[in-house]
Parts: sequence; structure tokens; C-alpha cells
Amino acid sequence: MIDKYTWYEKIGIYLGIFVFLTFVLSPFVEGFLVSLKPLQQLFSSPYSFWPKEGSFDAYFRIWQTVPFLWLYILNGIFIATVATFFGLFMIVPAAYALARIEFRGRGTMLSAFLMINMFSGAVLLIPLYRLMRATGLLNTYFAMIVPGTAFILGTGIWLLRAYMLRIPKELEEAAFADGASRFYTFRRVVLPLAMPGILIAGINCFLTVYAQQFIYALTFNSKSEYMPLSVGLFAFFGRQEVAWNELMAASIVGITPVMIVFFFLQKYLVAGLTAGAVKS
Amino acid sequence: MNVSRSAAIFAWMLLAPALIYVIAIVAYPLVDAFLLSFTDTALKKTVNWVGWENYIKIFKSGFEIIILRTMVWTFFSVSIKMIIGVLGATLLNAAVPGRALFRVLTMPPWIVPMAIGIFMWGWMYNGQFGMISGLLQRFGLVDGPVAFLAYGSTAFWATIFTDVWIGVPLVTLYMLAATQSIPKDLYEAAWVDGASRLYRLRRITLPLITPSLITISMISLISTFNSFDIIWILTRGGPSGETTTMIIDTYKTAFGSYKYGEGSARVVLVGICLSIFCFFYFRIVNKLSATQER
Repeated sequence: MIDKYTWYEKIGIYLGIFVFLTFVLSPFVEGFLVSLKPLQQLFSSPYSFWPKEGSFDAYFRIWQTVPFLWLYILNGIFIATVATFFGLFMIVPAAYALARIEFRGRGTMLSAFLMINMFSGAVLLIPLYRLMRATGLLNTYFAMIVPGTAFILGTGIWLLRAYMLRIPKELEEAAFADGASRFYTFRRVVLPLAMPGILIAGINCFLTVYAQQFIYALTFNSKSEYMPLSVGLFAFFGRQEVAWNELMAASIVGITPVMIVFFFLQKYLVAGLTAGAVKS
Repeated sequence: MNVSRSAAIFAWMLLAPALIYVIAIVAYPLVDAFLLSFTDTALKKTVNWVGWENYIKIFKSGFEIIILRTMVWTFFSVSIKMIIGVLGATLLNAAVPGRALFRVLTMPPWIVPMAIGIFMWGWMYNGQFGMISGLLQRFGLVDGPVAFLAYGSTAFWATIFTDVWIGVPLVTLYMLAATQSIPKDLYEAAWVDGASRLYRLRRITLPLITPSLITISMISLISTFNSFDIIWILTRGGPSGETTTMIIDTYKTAFGSYKYGEGSARVVLVGICLSIFCFFYFRIVNKLSATQER
């Protein structure tokens, strides 16, 4: 930075960040605190923020309350992982074509892929339900993987294309001058250089599917063997009352794997989105 | 000549997998929904062509209100997201110690399964024992418990607030990336000329992040319009239909009452609404970027 902040500007910045992060993180903090509280405290007035006689009991009880819990967590991760690999298989070549080859219809294709997002989620639910039923995919993993993959293609292609545009063209031209074929250049020159971009697109795909599989799981699947956590959590809603402390404990457990993955990879995700842009 | 032709063939070969998949999973279902919207498809086996009947029925049931509500809901949610996102990005761009950590800490609402975040909000909104109601009472701002999700007006804003919460991280990250892609020498030149920080913000930062702001607000608009999980988990469109958006209404019709034909007519209307939105949006964007360049 060119000029330094005065002390009151610094206080202002930190105060602003504090308010911003409070807004972003408060549900998680509250969720964690609720998971530590015994039910009697939850359902008693007046409200108290901190747990009295807090314990990790709920974290042990959830596995008995919902015996399939561990399976739900794994299902969610499995669905997102398969959709990501399946998606990248289509995203990588398409992004290369749209970034590097000039052909008629390129602009149309670019908008067309962006338009997929318009119909994501609930809009296509009815026809997709019919399609899944007709192909016998209802109540299988595919019922969640197939639509999940479709709705990451648009964003994935645009993200990776933007990354590929930043790779210097000269490298490819040099390869062409040496008589390399287009496919060879794509595979040997562009792909290795695009790896960080592919990783970014992949993380983005995974997180999107993992975060948004609720609606497909709710509609296309009724078997608990294939349920991801988002829908599986409804198991904590009892006939009378919701065991909020157990629900929150299970949520915290379910969040942990993605958090771990994200904290290891966030460097690439944030850097990939920002650093490359500065170069051009 | 020959070279560019082989290049085009290669390009289409590379596009083929994605293209075929999109046709099968997005385009074909769209056509299916369109055709379905003119039938009385339901759980029963016989299907009749009913023409415009579904559409007439929809508008007789007061669908205009739902369209209007969807637009108001989307408008407020997107605008608030943009304001908070840009403010957040500006704060996180400030060169203060710890900002790398702060940036990471903004991401959780985006990376965790949406449903989990929404369950947490569901508890916070709880009328009798929830945190927000509890804190408001403690600070003496309200007299008794506030059941946010039990009344139409508060439920409406509660669902918007949660949608903002889920959408803000991506807007922030995107705007942060846009801010950082501005060449540093622009700021240095302005600084040498003695321009104040506010002047630099107004004349360098804001104009240069506007294109990114437009892009992300477009993406945000589409996803907000299509938002399902939040309203479904928090209110199921209630109380007495006051948080029912077009998407929720479609879902209720199709999977609550098994009226796939009538539901599909709603899908078509959603598609039309989104297309109109996007059309005008692109026109405004084009005008804006034209004036920007001058």
C-alpha cells in the first residue's frame, strides 16, 4: 500500500471486519453452542447465550438417534466427488475450445453454457423427475449425481476458460511451429499449465454440488442408503419436538470434512481467482 | 483456410461431451416441460391435451401476486447481497494484519451444505427459544418472544436475510478479486497527484469494479430467483403463503399435489420471467458499458 492508515482508520477497518464476520459466522457459533447445551436449557426462558453445564453428550448420542448418520455424511461427499470428476471430464475440453480456438458459434456456445444456470435447481425438477423415472435412476446415487453434474458445467467452463485465457498464446504457437498437432498441444502444453485452473474449477464444482444437493435428494430419492446429510438431517425432527442440540451436533460433524478440505485448498481457490487476474 | 476448418472440427469435438450432456439433461427436459404444460399429467395414467387450460387456471388462482412477490424478494435479496459484498470486499482488501485469515473466515456459508446453514438459521429464528428473539429481549428491544417465521411480514424478511447470508461470501470473494486485479500503478499515479483516498475509491476503484459487479449481480439474480432450499426449510412457503415464490409454488403444485401438468405451466412462466429479466439486464449492461468506455 502506498500510504499508511491512521489509527482511527485502522480501528474503523477492524470494527467493520468484526461486524461483517459476526454476521457471517454467528449461525455457526450459535450452532456449536447449541450442540453443547442440554435440551432443558434450550427450552427454557430467558435465553442464555453460553451453555450452562455444557457437555459433548449430543455428539455421542447422535450416532444412536440416527444410525445412518455416518453413511449420510459419506453419501454427500461421494455424490459431490463423482459429479466433480464427471463434470471436469466435460469442462476441461470445452473450456479449452472456448478459450483457445476461434470458430463460428463460439459466442453462442459461451452464452448457452451460461444459460444453464438459469434453469438450475427447482425449475427443471418436474421434467428431470420424469427423466429419472423413465431411465430407472430414481432412488439411486445417479439421481443426485446426474443433475448435480449438469448444473456445474456452466460455471465450471466459464471459470476454467477465464483461467486458460491467461496462459500465454506464444507457448502454443511455438509448439505448432514445431509441427505438433492441436491435440498434442492441448494435452502436453496447455493442460499442465492449466492445472491450477482445473483445480479451482474442481473445488468449485465439489463445493457447489455438496452445498446444493438438497433439492435433488429430497425429490429424486427416498431411500436412506443413498441420502446425503442435508436431507438425512430431517431424521432429527421428532414427532413432538426437534432435538436441536443433536441436530446441531450432527451439523457440526457434517460440516467438518468440507471445512478441512476447504482450509487446505482455500489458498489455491482464492489465489487462483485473484492472482491470475492481476497478471493480465 | 484448411487449418481453420480443422480447428473448428477439433473445437466441436472438444465441446461434444458437454454439449450432448446439456442437451440430454437441460434442453430435452425443458422441451418436455413445455409440452407437459399443455396436458393434465398427474399421477393417473391417462394424459389429455388441455391446451391453455393450465395457464388460465394459474392466473385465476392469483398468480400475479406470486410473481410480484418473487420479484420483490429477489430485488431486495440481491441488492442487500451486493451492498454487503462490496463493503466486505473493501474491508478485506485493506492492508491490515490478519486479513488473510479474515478472508478465509468469510467463506463458510458458501462451502457448507446449504441445508445445514438453513437449519441453524431456523433455530436462531425460533420464536420462543431462538437466539435473535432472545437477544432482542435481553437488550429490551422487544417485550416478549418474537416468532419470526410465524408472521408473513417477518418471515418474508427472515428468508431474505438468510438468502443474503448464503450469497454474501461469493459476492465478497468475487469483488475482492476484481478489486485486486486493478493495476497498482493507477493508484500510485493518483497518489502522486495528491488524490485523496475517497477520490481514488470513487474515480478508480468503483468504475473499474463495475463490470465485475454487474456480472456477479447477474449470477446472483438468477440463483436468488431460483432459490428453493431456504424458503422450503424455513417456512415451506408459509405462513399462509406469504413466502411462496414462483419456485416454491411450482414445487408445491408438482410434488405436493402431483399435478405435473400444472406445475410445468409454472415452470414455463418461471423460464419466461427469467428470460425477460436477463434480456433487459443485458440491455442495461450494454448501455452501461458503452457509457463507461467513453
